[in-house]
Amino acid sequence: MGEKRDAEQSRTLQSWLRSLLGGVERIELERVELEIGDMEIFIPTGGDGGPEVRLPAPPVLTRPTALIPEAFSPHQEVYPGRIREVTLGATRKDGGSRGSTVVIGGAAAPAFSSPQALPPHPPAIAMDVFDMKIPLPKALKAPVLDVLEDPAAWARMNVDRFGAEAVTVHLMSTDPLIADRSPREAARTVEEVLQAVKVPLIVGGCGDPRKDAAVFTEVAEMASGERLLLNSVTLEMADHQLLEGVARAARENGHVLLAFTGLELNSAKELNRRLYPYLDPENIVMDLTTVALGYGLEYSFTIHERARIAALMGDAELQHPTISASTNAWAAREAWMEIDGRYGSRDVRGPLWETLNALILLLAGVDLFLMMHPSAVQTLRTVSSRLMHPGEGEPPRDWVTVQI
Amino acid sequence: MTTGKRRRSIKEISPIDVYNLLPRTNCRECGEANCMAFATRLVNGEYVLEDCTPLLRPEYAHLHADLSDLLAPPVKAVTFGTGDRAVTVGGKHVLHRHDFTYHNPTAIALDVADSMPEEELERRVNEICGFSYTYIGRTLQLDAIAIRSTTGDPDAFARTVERVAATGYPLILCTLDPGVMQGGLSRVPEGRPLLYAATAANWEAMADLALQYGCPLVVSAPGDIPLLRSLVHTLLDCGVADLVLDPGTSVDAGLASTIMTSSAIRRAACLAHDDYLGFPLLGTPIAAWAGDELSPDAIRWKEACTAEMLITRYADLLILHSLEGWVLLPQLLWRFNLYTDPRKPVSVEPGVRTFGNPDRNSPLLITTNYALTFFTVESDIKAAHLDCHLIVADTGGISVESAVAGRYLTAEKVAETLREYRAEDLVGHRWLILPGLAARLSGETEEASGWRVLVGPKDSSGLAAFLREHWPPRGD
Repeated sequence: MGEKRDAEQSRTLQSWLRSLLGGVERIELERVELEIGDMEIFIPTGGDGGPEVRLPAPPVLTRPTALIPEAFSPHQEVYPGRIREVTLGATRKDGGSRGSTVVIGGAAAPAFSSPQALPPHPPAIAMDVFDMKIPLPKALKAPVLDVLEDPAAWARMNVDRFGAEAVTVHLMSTDPLIADRSPREAARTVEEVLQAVKVPLIVGGCGDPRKDAAVFTEVAEMASGERLLLNSVTLEMADHQLLEGVARAARENGHVLLAFTGLELNSAKELNRRLYPYLDPENIVMDLTTVALGYGLEYSFTIHERARIAALMGDAELQHPTISASTNAWAAREAWMEIDGRYGSRDVRGPLWETLNALILLLAGVDLFLMMHPSAVQTLRTVSSRLMHPGEGEPPRDWVTVQI
Repeated sequence: MTTGKRRRSIKEISPIDVYNLLPRTNCRECGEANCMAFATRLVNGEYVLEDCTPLLRPEYAHLHADLSDLLAPPVKAVTFGTGDRAVTVGGKHVLHRHDFTYHNPTAIALDVADSMPEEELERRVNEICGFSYTYIGRTLQLDAIAIRSTTGDPDAFARTVERVAATGYPLILCTLDPGVMQGGLSRVPEGRPLLYAATAANWEAMADLALQYGCPLVVSAPGDIPLLRSLVHTLLDCGVADLVLDPGTSVDAGLASTIMTSSAIRRAACLAHDDYLGFPLLGTPIAAWAGDELSPDAIRWKEACTAEMLITRYADLLILHSLEGWVLLPQLLWRFNLYTDPRKPVSVEPGVRTFGNPDRNSPLLITTNYALTFFTVESDIKAAHLDCHLIVADTGGISVESAVAGRYLTAEKVAETLREYRAEDLVGHRWLILPGLAARLSGETEEASGWRVLVGPKDSSGLAAFLREHWPPRGD
């Protein structure tokens, strides 16, 4: 207690001295007698009277004359949890007809945080096709102009020319507000695409819960054994008592479900909990929502980081691989609109927008990307392959003196 | 200076800890009802210490010092430049944005070279200073100018520094030659530029310059964290306290190493309390221009991708070369977004907005209160000189598309909003224009609200054309 009071007094003395010494650089003591026993005088400098108090740097008595050696050992983090592995597509031996399958998930550490903790599988890329002509930005339309009305040919182009590891068939035409095509017709489209390509398929609905449930059930039966990824089931389906039927159809016919929720982790967990009674967790993938850069991508980024950390810390309801519909980047006006010329042509702005949307979520741990623009696909593949091989590198470049 | 000293993370500090160190005058000068309320918001990152005016008085200097120490982030905040434009980088408390809002957005510097002919320099400097983009009511701009000595001539460097200093922008002086650095510094003795850089070869001379001119100093050791720590330790012992770390930036095969090195450094600072790595990180996507790639657009693309990834992975400061809008725009948007408070969507007040001179026959539109959605719709309505009412529904600051998907905007919500804002008093008709992205809700909305629905365009840029064709509505 006494010590505390002394400290208090000394501080008061110090601030009094400091206020006296405002603006003073030098003091001479005249006619002073000091009897010194045990006494320390500490007069702070920097007293310009202003509020900012800078304590003097400790006097440098021995300035180093050589580099002081230091080592570094990376901070080792241990995570009890791990993301489940989910296989998309099935080959003949597993009851399907695919030439290749894609395994996603398996991460045991935050994405690309350390060369010692790489994910077991590289991020996968699926490319979109639509079952009807839809309005698309020019930059997206140009590469696929000849196949826009032929989903099978479009899928082939995605695989053969752009190297897609999977194809998403969006059954837009089933939308009751658009063409309201029947589940049977939708299943035929999926069948055509299955015959056209040998990669795993993702089947996208129209967003109407009732129609999607009917379409997914029909498609699941038609493509029994193919391990399709049905994109997607929602809490809205659960509310309308539609979830059970779709989940059963998926289980009985060996497919995988994509559980879609809107930027809310509790909803994501709830939807998974509602699926567990019907489906092994190894057959569930999560879509936590991808919003376009400039329009809320930070919410997507943070939701993905939170989900991934929670899963690694042991939350089993979030230990599912995730997908990102990077194509949503094109919802940003900056991606497709003509703006002031200084912002460049939209033909380059758009593809870059999709690329950056995907790269940002790659760092948040997304396992599967649904993409459209070939340049975006190409860049994401290059970058993720580099991230999977961190040992390689070029010597540092001298950017300081280079002539640009 | 020790490392590994266990400090409490900002998440572990309670408002009581802070309250105990405040003057406890309950003076309300900060705008809060009492010191406890201030303490709560201070520990939440919503205030800085200096918002407590009594704390700045000499008699509370000891409290100020103790609080500064208590609240010190594991990544030091470093300021360069002076005056209103001065830039503070670093000051990070956590690894993840969801743990505690990131502070001090990644500063973006564009380069000039001392070999540039006068006219080119003039043009480029003007372009850098003039670059701006208006986004949700805010002006996004570049923060600093990096001056590279490509000539190796102290006089040429000095001349360029003098010209660029006239802009008032914070400067980064880039040369590994202390003689050239001295030349540049002599023209901005009070400007507190950031010096790039101290290396294993030149640290003694750079330390002298940093001390002599009171400047923060970048420590550069590409791909070599032990050397980086060694330089930091040594420079701290020399008395240079404001440091910035340059672990090197690779844009090609070494990109993985760049990304993971940033992670390793920031994890060491935030999780292992490594004081030698607790400094702001510099990224230099400009390195894309020093490779063997020939196509300028391919270089810009690489620079853009690298920059965006580095903003995401903890970079506090970037040096770029591309001045193209398509390269810079996504960087400015992303760093703005990433540094918002993740707990608070960027939203506007819900309610009724009126544009032009609407009467009882004018269109009634509805949108959500996500700031970007609102400002976009607002600017389109204004640009098209439309006379209309716009109801801004409270979706918790979520955009139309996400609000529909996440069920923040439902038919019931629309009906409730129409009632709440007394839409029936605004217009004589009963037609509501729903955003195209909420088309799915149209049938249910008619049932729930009793209003007829017109499905508007998916993007509000199409509003004028839409209204020309569909307003007044035909039908009964």
